[in-house]
Parts: sequence; structure tokens; C-alpha cells
Amino acid sequence: MLLIRCPYCEEERPELEFRNAGEAHIARPTNIAAESDDDFEKFFFIRANPKGVIYERWRHIHGCARFFNAVRDTVTDKFVMTYKAGEPKPAKLPGASK
Amino acid sequence: MTALFRISGAGRLSQAKTASFRFDGKSYAGIEGDTLASALLANGVHLVGRSFKYHRPRGVLSAGAEEPNALVQIVRDDARKTPNVRATVQELYDGLTAHSQNRWPSLAFDVGAVNDVASPLFSAGFYYKTFMWPKWAWKDLYEPNIRAAAGLGVSPEKPDPDHYAARYAHCEVLVLGGGAAGIAAALAAAETGVRVILADEQAEFGGSLRFESGARIDGQDGYAWAQGAIAKLKAMDNVRVLSRTTAFGYYAQNFVGLVERVSDHLKSPGRELARERLWQVRAGRVVIATGAIERHMVFANNDRPGVMLASAARTYLNHYGVAVGRNVGVYTANDSAYAAAIDLKKAGVNIAAIVDLRDNPTCPVIDEARALGIEINFGRAVVSAGGKLRVSSMTVQPKNGGGERTIPVDAILMSAGWTPSVHLFSQSRGKVAFNDETKRFVPGTYAQDCVSVGASNGTDGLDATVDEAYAAGAKAAKDAGGKAGKGAKPKVDAGESWSRGMLGAAPGAGPGTTVKAFVDFQNDVTAKDIRQAVHEGMHSIEHVKRFTTNGMATDQGKTSNMHGLAIAAEELGKPIPQVGLTTFRAPYTPVTFGSIVGHARGALFDPTRRTATHGWAASQGAVFEDVGHWKRAWYFPKAGEDMHAAVNRECVTVRKVGGLFDASTLGKIEVVGPDAAKFMELLYTNPWEKLETGRCRYGIMLREDGFIYDDGVVGRLAPDRFHVTTTTGGAPRVMNHMEDYLQTEFPHLNVWLTSITEQWAVIAVQGPKSRDIIAPLVEGIDMSDEAMPHMSVREGKICGVPTRLFRMSFTGERGFEVNVPADYGEAVWEALWAEGQKHGATAYGTETMHVLRAEKGYIIVGQDTDGTVTPNDAGLDWAVGKKKTDFVGIRGLTRSDLVAKGRKQLVGLKTKDPKVVLEEGAQIVADPKQPIPMKMIGHVTSSYWSENCGRSIALALVAGGRDRMGQTLYVPMPNGTIEVEVTGMVFVDEKGERLNG
Repeated sequence: MLLIRCPYCEEERPELEFRNAGEAHIARPTNIAAESDDDFEKFFFIRANPKGVIYERWRHIHGCARFFNAVRDTVTDKFVMTYKAGEPKPAKLPGASK
Repeated sequence: MTALFRISGAGRLSQAKTASFRFDGKSYAGIEGDTLASALLANGVHLVGRSFKYHRPRGVLSAGAEEPNALVQIVRDDARKTPNVRATVQELYDGLTAHSQNRWPSLAFDVGAVNDVASPLFSAGFYYKTFMWPKWAWKDLYEPNIRAAAGLGVSPEKPDPDHYAARYAHCEVLVLGGGAAGIAAALAAAETGVRVILADEQAEFGGSLRFESGARIDGQDGYAWAQGAIAKLKAMDNVRVLSRTTAFGYYAQNFVGLVERVSDHLKSPGRELARERLWQVRAGRVVIATGAIERHMVFANNDRPGVMLASAARTYLNHYGVAVGRNVGVYTANDSAYAAAIDLKKAGVNIAAIVDLRDNPTCPVIDEARALGIEINFGRAVVSAGGKLRVSSMTVQPKNGGGERTIPVDAILMSAGWTPSVHLFSQSRGKVAFNDETKRFVPGTYAQDCVSVGASNGTDGLDATVDEAYAAGAKAAKDAGGKAGKGAKPKVDAGESWSRGMLGAAPGAGPGTTVKAFVDFQNDVTAKDIRQAVHEGMHSIEHVKRFTTNGMATDQGKTSNMHGLAIAAEELGKPIPQVGLTTFRAPYTPVTFGSIVGHARGALFDPTRRTATHGWAASQGAVFEDVGHWKRAWYFPKAGEDMHAAVNRECVTVRKVGGLFDASTLGKIEVVGPDAAKFMELLYTNPWEKLETGRCRYGIMLREDGFIYDDGVVGRLAPDRFHVTTTTGGAPRVMNHMEDYLQTEFPHLNVWLTSITEQWAVIAVQGPKSRDIIAPLVEGIDMSDEAMPHMSVREGKICGVPTRLFRMSFTGERGFEVNVPADYGEAVWEALWAEGQKHGATAYGTETMHVLRAEKGYIIVGQDTDGTVTPNDAGLDWAVGKKKTDFVGIRGLTRSDLVAKGRKQLVGLKTKDPKVVLEEGAQIVADPKQPIPMKMIGHVTSSYWSENCGRSIALALVAGGRDRMGQTLYVPMPNGTIEVEVTGMVFVDEKGERLNG
């Protein structure tokens, strides 16, 4: 069972309190009705599924109920960091070489 | 009475504390502290089981958890018959009853042993080759027979009456393994004051100190030191010491699963004791001190009862006071077996000869053995063991061939060296590294905050082990925030040291031979099988493993993996690390389902939700159905009524008079805030801004892809307050969906969402008399049609308690839904019921609710839709706001597939024979004469007998359905094809006049 730090509660809590909510930083287009088929496909269907670092959304559903973002390594399951929803994708990860 | 092979003065058990037990119906005497294995050996019983495939006689190989052979069934009573218990692990209690397995009619005479003679038929991969054809034989012949022959032991036929406990625990340092290394690490960590948990699978701590007679620490015998250290640790408040506790799984972020065997060793555990306890431990640092496991020698007939690991024989002598034979041979490729021979010799057992594969090795123990007058043969091999139900001789030959010599023995002790137990390290996702010099895999790259020490880390010698473990324990504690310790490191005065050994087949069992030299005892895999697998093209160790099943038995290859790997590597002509090690997976040893399930069974398996009127419905004889976690009243049978009669009566009564229905399980969400209407506009297809306060609207929620996600009636209580209802099953996911959009896509909207499902009990009162039933109890609400038309909501009081009174209908009749605080739900229901009875109304359940709504063509999301249905498909286009510029799903709805012609659309179906009720889920075809496989154009989603219509009715999703009105379609069923006519979806009151009737 993973330990996940909720950026709102500011503490690590067991995985049972959370639910994964898919890839992060996919913003719903502001004028979605005007999107082309290709753009809508990219927005709705296409996901990265990387081996390594993934930016994903979690919800502290059995806690504060907030959605937030996390950076996780899909190989080791290690959480690099978590941050609040709406905050930009971190330019630099803690522990990264540059 | 002392058992024949119990040696007085040897071992640590008190001979005064006797315990009698039965094995295969015969009584024996053991003593407290014995394992079943040691007690059987004390009585001279070596034959304890038959092997899985060849039914070969098998004895005790080991003295621990790695045991592949001595698997027995322990029977306490009818419900407690545990199969495949390792006799080497099962502690003896007075009255213990055990049976051998995999034999018929008896252990000594087993018909299945014909498999041994016929073994050329059963070589590696025989399942894959033998049962290929003819095709028909698989179902009728092969599968039933294979199933009958497969498996070991017998399952109990009754539910498990025991209970299983579970705990979570946290510590800074978790030490796995309670031998010299684990104890030293725990002492060092404990002294710093941090929380420490020390776990060991054995009943007594000490690990190898149980048999190492030469170990002395802090001036004491090694085992005595261990007991003293454990007593000291147990007395410390910051330390938890768990014996009989196996670490079976090492998961992410230092989360380790332990199983504590609480009462399997007790004669009468009593009801209050759990059988086992699952510990889920989160540790800051983990110290892995799991030791090493001795390997057997791979030679012909190395599985005969009486052939066992040298360290096991030494454990039986030094701990249990049991001699495994009177005239014992030793076959070794390393030094540690000499110590076993020396201990046995000193206890008065004759050592027939030591056969050492090595040429002129030197070591003090060899000198000591020689000084005791034991015959030692270097450079020779045991090429075969004689005897059948018990080993009777060993045949010795120079290792490069030459004259044979047969030596009579009643036991053979063997040692091919020691394999570090890297299982838990490997489970932690650490990568092992092969040490070419010592020919063993040891921990290499770590993935988690853990450290391996002692024999499991490839560290040889007691002195080095204690040094390393103590330092690791201190460092782990310090890293986890402990203070500097003030204790002293244990001082090793004397210890034993093991050198390397050999891997793979011994002489006489090498390439070109076909003898039965077992690598994996439990799965009956021989050296020849592994070579054959390589010849047949299995070049990866993972393929060799699966083809031969080497290492795939319940012991997971603890003694066999390295031998199997070495034989495969030799045959492939590759170095061992290039062939690679198979993956270690949890559990380390078998874990009971009970320990994993814990208390979560029966009524505690899953939560049950009951509505406020549950007790009333039960008292009326309602039959309940499960809807998600809810128990819902299904129908209310009167005396003599079956379900159909009850539902028919309920359906007719509701339309004629009225009925009461508990709708409390519908999800309810309050959407509140200045931007509540804007939010509703975005989450539902309908327009909401212009909905007047006090009015309701049927809303449809889509996913972004344009498919229907949920539906429900929404009432506007105030400009900034909506009372939203959802489907029963959809309530949590709709709430999640709304929160997701509010928090992440539309955070600029000032809205608050609250789940109020549990706060309001909902009583639907439907039917022509519904207003007459409710009105006498209501205060402050004008219920006339003018003041309160269909699809409106009012707040007031009923029976003196607050109500949100909806005028709405899921039956097509004049109808109301009375929301009251859940605590008053039952009281208000009873008041309404009393009023209803004056008019002859009925209580009705979910079945009648389904029929009545189907008569009106009202859909149920999840039954008439399946996640691929658009509002247009469902005939609900009117509910999509045409002037809206945005809502969730607006873009999805314009996808080419969703606007294409010929999509499946919801329609009504009438069977040509009105008495025939279609099966829900039945497929529909246009032409029943077409060849199979037919083209299916849709399926039945809802189907009922409608007493009100006097015929069956159905809803169906049919391709191009609305263009097929009046067409005849066909539903092919096993008993013939049913003709149906496509109709509209409304079967009762097409004009909707009854809503005000």
C-alpha cells in the first residue's frame, strides 16, 4: 500500500483514502464545442502511459475530498512530489539532476 | 515412555512434558516443544508422504519452512482439516491428529505409485504434449481425470469456524528474522529508543543457533544468549517481539505483511483466540536477516525417506534430542555437514562414512571428524541411495568413475552448500547480483529503505554476521531519528563458518543420465527433466521453470531453484547470471485465505445500507433485493401470493387507487451557491438558468464523450439552491463527477456540493388518490393543481416535521415524493400508510416500480442504457438545450459516430403472442432464416408482464429502431423464435393525462 502526501492536508496518508483520477494537466478546452475531431481525440482519448515519471491526478476521497496532482515513477511507484490542483506542472523535479 | 530415537541428555526439550499424537491412525508419544516432524522422527517414522506426480515415498527433508516433502493434513474436527501443513513447522500438541496425503489405500502401499514405473510417460511438459487430441476427449476424459488426480490433501467441507485477527503497526525499524543477525540488529536499534518490531517464523528465536553447537556469544552458548537477548527485548517498551510470525510479502514504501500463527500450536485454543493474525507493518527502515537455506545434493534416489539436509539432522539432535538414524551416512560438498556428523557421533550415533565430493579440502571440522574416527572419503560421490520406503544404503564411487562400493545406512545427511534467502529483498524490488566466487545471488541494488545482513546478505561467519547486523541495526535506528545507543555490541567468542558448496547435478546424475535425481522434490522435477526442457527449446529460465514446474510448488523452490538454474545454465553453455534468476513473489510461504480475509466475511464482508422504513417493510413481510449496498423492498406478498401475483396486485392498485414506495435510496445532491445555475448548465444537457424557483426538471448528465451518464429530477428550491436527484447506483460517481469538474475545470464557479442522500428519507406516493392521502398531513403547502402543478417542489411541514414535497411521477400517475429528515422517515411513512389504507392504497416495491415506469417508457440508466447510448438514441433529444454553447458532452455529441444513421435506438416491443414475456438481454434479428451466425440488430433491455395492459411489454435497443415502427422482428431463443412488433415506448396513457388524473 502506498503512502501519499495530500498537499491540502499536508501529510502522508494511506492509499486506501485516495482514488487515482487519470493523467494530469489535460485542460478542457474553453470553447470545446468548436474543437476539431483531431483536437477532441487528443483531449479525450489519448493518454501518455509512460514508463517512468507520470503526472497524474489523485483525489483524497476519504479525507478532504480534494483533487490534486502527483508526480509518480511508474517503475518504482515512488511519489516524487504532490501539488495542488491548478498549480502549474513543475518545471524541475526534486532530486532531478538539472 | 521415551520414543526409540529420543536421546536422553540431548536437545532442549523437557522429556517430562509428554504429548501423544496420532499419525495415519496410529498413536505415538512426543514431547512438548516438538514439531510433528521431530516427534515422528523420534519414533523412527521417516515415511510421511507420497510425492505429487510419481507417488514416490517421501520423508522429512528439512527442519523448517523450506520443507517440500513432509506435507500432512492436520485434522481437528469436521470443519478444521488443514491440508499441506509442513510437519516441520507444525508444533505438536497433545491429541494432534495428522494424516499423510496423496496415497491410496495406504502410505506404505500406494496404487498411484504405478506412475513411478510409468514415469517416462510423465516427463517434463507431458501435459502439453499428451492431452492434445482427440479434441472431444479433453472435456469428457482428460480434464475430469486430471482434476481427480491433481492437488494434494483434502479441503474441509464446512465453513471455517475460526476467526482471524488483523492489525496495522508502525515502527522505525522492522527486523525480519530472529537468528543471531536479527537479534543483534534489533538490540542495536532498540537501544536508541525508536520503535522496533522483531519477527521470526519459528516458535523459538535463535535461527541457526538452534543447531550450531559451536557458537558462543557473550560467554554463553549461542542459543542461551539468544533467549536472554529476546527476554531483554521483550522487556523494552519500544520493542514488539513476534514469534511464529512469517514476513510473507514486502510491498511498496516499506509496507510488509506478516502472519502470526496465534493458536495452531495449542491443544484447545478456545473461541477467544484468533487462529492467525495479519500484521500490516509500515516501517521506516527494514533489516532483512532471513538467513540462508541449505541445499540438497542432486543424485539418484536422493528423495528416499531418511535422506535429509545435514543441518536438519543437526537441528533434530541439538534442539529436539532426536537421532535421525543409528547408522548414518553423510554426502557433502561443503564443510557444514561435518559438524552434523561430529554432533551425531558424539551423541552415540554411528557415522558409516562421510563422502565428500571435493578433493582434499582442509578445515578444522574435517580434522575433528577424523580425530573422532569417522571414515572420510574425498573426491567421491554417492551415485545412488538404496531402499524404497526408507533408505538402506548408499552407493559410493570415485567422482570421475570407477569401482562402486555400497555402504549400508539408515539415513543420509547431505549438504551442497547454502543459498542466501533473498526472497524478501527481491520482493522489495531490489536487484540481486551474482557473486561468481561464492556462486550465489546476494542483494545488489536496493530499491527501498532496507538492508540485508548476515547469511541472507552472503556474509559468512558468526562474528562477521553479528558485527554487520549490529551496525546495520544502529544505523537504521539513527537514520530513523533514534538517539545514540548506549548498549554494547554482543561479543562472539566462538562461531561456525560455512564455506561454499556446489550447484547442479552431482556425478552420476549429469548429462546423459536418466536416473531420478530430484531437483524439486515437491513437484517431482529431476535433473533430467531440466536438461530435457532445454533440449526442447526452453532457453529462458522462466520458460524452463514453467515447462518443468521447477520451483512452482508451494515451497517456491527454496531448495531447488539454484540447482535448477545451474543445470539449465550448464546445458545452455552459459554462465549462471546470463540465464538469470526467476522472480521471487509473495507469499514467502503459503498464507491462509482466512488471514487475508480477516473479519471481512459474512455480514462484515460488505456494508449493508437500510432505509428508514426497512423495519416497517420487514414487519409487513416484504421480500428484499440487493441494489448496490442497499436492501430495497422488492415486493410485498400477501398470504398465498407469489411474486407475480403480488406485483400484479401492486401495479393495478397503484393505477386504480394509489401506492406508497420507499425511494430513499435515490442519490441526492444539493447544489448551492451564487453560480449554482451556471454549474448546472455545464453539468447537465438541459437549460437551468430560466427554471423558476419551485419548479422541477428532468435532467440528463453526459460524459464528455456524449453518452448518458446519469439522470434524475432536479428541483430548484431557491435561485441559488438546487435539489438534484441521481440514480441509486450512480450517486457516488455522480458526486465525484461533479466535484471533479467543480474543483479542476470550473473552479471559478462559486458553488458548494453536498451529498444529502442519507439526510432525506423519500416516500413516493403515486396514484389518483395520492393527493388525498398526503394532504391531511401537510401544513403550509397549497397542493391544488393550480398552486402546485406537475413537476414542482414546495417546502413546508408534514406530520409537524420539515418536508421538501415534490410533485413528480415515475409511474405516469398523479404523484408526489415526500422528502423528510431520515430520522422521521419511518414515522411519516406510518402516518401516510394509515391515510393510504383509508383509500385502499398499497405499499409497493422495486419490481412494481420497474413495471409501472416501463409501462410509461421511462428509462432506467444502466438498464436501458449501457454507456454507449446518447440522449437521441434514448428518445430524449428534447432534454438537450439546443441553444446552449457549452455543457459536458456537447462536443462528444457531434462526433461522426454519434450522429451517424442506423444507431441503436430505444423502442417498445410487443410480442405477437401477448402472453409471452421476452427475456431481458435477448438478441433481436431482422431475418430468422438467415444462416448462423445471424446478424444481431439489437437486444431487449426491459421486459415485464403488465397486468394493467393485460399483456407483456418490452423496451429494446434496435438499430434504426424509430424507422422500424410497425415492423416485425424476431427474437431467436433456445425453444424457438419469438415474433415481436416494434412500437413506441409508451404502453399506458400515451397522452399523459393521468399525471393530473
